[in-house]
Amino acid sequence: MALTLDAKIPAGPLAEKWDRHRFEMKLVNPANKRKHSVIVVGSGLAGASAAASLSELGYRVSCFCFQDSPRRAHSIAAQGGINAAKNYRNDGDSVQRLFYDTIKGGDFRAREANVYRLAQVSVDIIDQCVAQGVPFAREYGGLLANRSFGGAQVSRTFYARGQTGQQLLLGAYQALEKEIARGGVTMFERHEMLDVVLVDGKARGIIVRDLRTGEIESHAADAVILATGGYGNVFYLSTNAKGCNVTATYRAYKKGAAFANPCFTQIHPTCIPVSGDHQSKLTLMSESLRNDGRVWVPKRREDCGKDPSAIPEADRDYYLERKYPSFGNLSPRDIASRAAKEACDDGRGVGPGGRGVYLDFSDAIKRLGRKAIEERYGNLFEMYQRITDEDPYARPMRIYPAVHYTMGGLWVDYNLMSTIPGLHVLGEANFSDHGANRLGASALMQGLADGYFVIPYTIGDYIARTPLQPVSTDHPAFASAKAEVEARTKALLAVNGTRTVDSFHRELGKIMWDKCGMARDAAGLRQALEEIPRLREAFWRDVKVLGAAEGLNQSLEKAGRVADFLEFGELMCRDALHREESCGGHFRTEYQTEDGEAKRNDEAFAYVAAWEYAGDGVDPILNKEPLAFENVHLSTRSYK
Amino acid sequence: MHLTLHVWRQASPDQPGRLVEYAAPDISPDMSFLEMLDVVNERLIQRGEEPVAFDHDCREGICGSCGLMINGSAHGPMKLTTACQLHMRSFKDGDAIWIEPWRAKAFPVVKDLVVDRSAFDRIIQAGGYISAATGTPQDANALPIPKGDADWAMDNAACIGCGACVAACPNASASLFTAAKVTHLGALPQGQPERERRALAMVAQMDEEGFGGCTLHGECQEACPKGISIDAIMQLNRDFIRASATKVEAAEWTGAA
Repeated sequence: MALTLDAKIPAGPLAEKWDRHRFEMKLVNPANKRKHSVIVVGSGLAGASAAASLSELGYRVSCFCFQDSPRRAHSIAAQGGINAAKNYRNDGDSVQRLFYDTIKGGDFRAREANVYRLAQVSVDIIDQCVAQGVPFAREYGGLLANRSFGGAQVSRTFYARGQTGQQLLLGAYQALEKEIARGGVTMFERHEMLDVVLVDGKARGIIVRDLRTGEIESHAADAVILATGGYGNVFYLSTNAKGCNVTATYRAYKKGAAFANPCFTQIHPTCIPVSGDHQSKLTLMSESLRNDGRVWVPKRREDCGKDPSAIPEADRDYYLERKYPSFGNLSPRDIASRAAKEACDDGRGVGPGGRGVYLDFSDAIKRLGRKAIEERYGNLFEMYQRITDEDPYARPMRIYPAVHYTMGGLWVDYNLMSTIPGLHVLGEANFSDHGANRLGASALMQGLADGYFVIPYTIGDYIARTPLQPVSTDHPAFASAKAEVEARTKALLAVNGTRTVDSFHRELGKIMWDKCGMARDAAGLRQALEEIPRLREAFWRDVKVLGAAEGLNQSLEKAGRVADFLEFGELMCRDALHREESCGGHFRTEYQTEDGEAKRNDEAFAYVAAWEYAGDGVDPILNKEPLAFENVHLSTRSYK
Repeated sequence: MHLTLHVWRQASPDQPGRLVEYAAPDISPDMSFLEMLDVVNERLIQRGEEPVAFDHDCREGICGSCGLMINGSAHGPMKLTTACQLHMRSFKDGDAIWIEPWRAKAFPVVKDLVVDRSAFDRIIQAGGYISAATGTPQDANALPIPKGDADWAMDNAACIGCGACVAACPNASASLFTAAKVTHLGALPQGQPERERRALAMVAQMDEEGFGGCTLHGECQEACPKGISIDAIMQLNRDFIRASATKVEAAEWTGAA
């Protein structure tokens, strides 16, 4: 049964849609808000800001995270900054320009109305964060400082050293703790969501595992919010934290929430290259480094083994500056990543295995002095040195692209509600704002926009308009969901095979990276679609998960997440195979221009692919939400 | 490299724990400390033994999840480095390494190397925030803040809440953690209205959680992976004394304010 995808985009001119919509929404009487309960899963930027804001409004909120404290959600690791159309630099920025940059950066695969709203509320986010005490970088005059990021020709990125995500998250976390102390939010740390519960077709609760005791618990509410992040760890190696997983969104998909554009994944160009088979994760070097660092490889293959200082200027290929003179080293992420891959595929990569390019600061150090560079990027340089044992002040960094962010996610309408009534999805977990490629410093913006300034309005409208009968966890829907979760836990422990969970995860990651990574083609994707089910079958036959269902069992936690990745990876490849065009992070080698740029097919593919679960072993159903561009002209993205 | 590990194993909070010796052959110096533990765990699973439980997540030194006493030092031998960012090249072939959880009354062991640090969240709940409900505050640039003040706020805001300061302190005091938040918010004009109540309430909560008092050993700042200085504790003490003198009741703050 195909879904009806109604994006519920308000009528009227683009710039007036959000205002008009806010006025037309029904409100919940302040005295009645305390009678309503909301579950928030995840405590990153989107989850923590939503939980705190909804509690401030008076709703009774329960918030869940798998970490030992909400402060540890992976938003904390974002380094570079957050965009906002403040135009403090007087350099021509505006809401319209941020909107356009984001739509273009996403290669025209995002919804206009959502992106425009994002640009509109971006300015409020900075004000809100400053009011909370977020220590953004400042000029000597005491005003806020800005830097530039990829895909933009204005300076609109606000930052707190190389720890912007940390500071924004701590701001939201502190607001959340304030509400916990006040009694508005009940916090459940070390709890992992394993299913969503539907009653009369609406999301009315979740099933979680208390990771300390192993107990499977049921929680009921009037509405459920998922803010559970992205699925980059399907590749095993990524810049995500080890715990990041697809389980919450994938289980929601299996309960009827459409999954949109799963093949849109972002490969970040500047990460520290892999050093060996033991590698457990990849470390990002902030895109902000490209403000002052110049990317190059040797012109000649035979120079690759040389010390970089022994390669004269004339023998270096500053390939981003050469190919994209107007954006240069600040070309968008997908383009910079592919260009690095091309250089390495051409045999001109540097470092172990030839999978690396140089990011060189010697010009900037000469021009600005070492102290200025230290001030801007000191912590990043230290981190690089700690990991590689090389001094980036003296020798160019070696970098290589790595999986970083996932633009795909659960399909949501303008109100951030999924195809399951009452199930709302925020932040990286939804698909809505970044199209086929996200611009740098826009993830923090979106997470906080969704949590602080969108969901507090839209969830009120849902609650005010929806007849919600009281539901308790005694309802049979909870009992059956709980029984399923318990049976699955038992099944994982019962296999008692010979291979570790990690060995399966690595194998899946390799399939995904090789066949559904930076470049994809139909033959490789078809192969992956044969290999993944075989691997999944081997997992359920041969995985070894020790310990018990009771108590803290990290192997069991991992096993559940990898089991879901083993199903989800197939959905990604299916989506990548069906989208016979190249756009943003989705590069199909069959569809490229003569000079190797992505070739979109707007005629056939200007739509959101929203996949609907149809049962195990049955092909999922493809639903399409056509993308209408009424305010921007669909053009070939050029950064030349 | 070939190493010998002595790892604290404890099945659950109420069972006694003990150090167990494991041989760790064929370790690459390029591995991080946690990747070394991953390898040891993979081998344990292959042998049918339960892997060692330890907290970790970002592995970039920013989430604050990991926290291990390595040869008696919080986060191990490298200064300004969390366990996840420590690399095996800091050790020598043949080394014996002792790995234990944080030891503090207020951080009870959950399992093996995993401890319960929820006391830190409760200290923040007591007052580690600025009450600025989501809304439409004034324009961010309407409030210029001298760069020095903003930088000092940021120095202290850099705390990752890992608990190394507590683990390193002979008194198991949480003074550096508490002081870092008090100093961050107190350095900013937005933080002034609640400054005195904040200091009183957070210190009261710290005491209630069972952390020890500060006697200025300075071990905390040596162990802090983010380089937070005990100057923050001086600031906390000043704020606390001034607030006490103005007789603001901590209870007034933690209650139904």
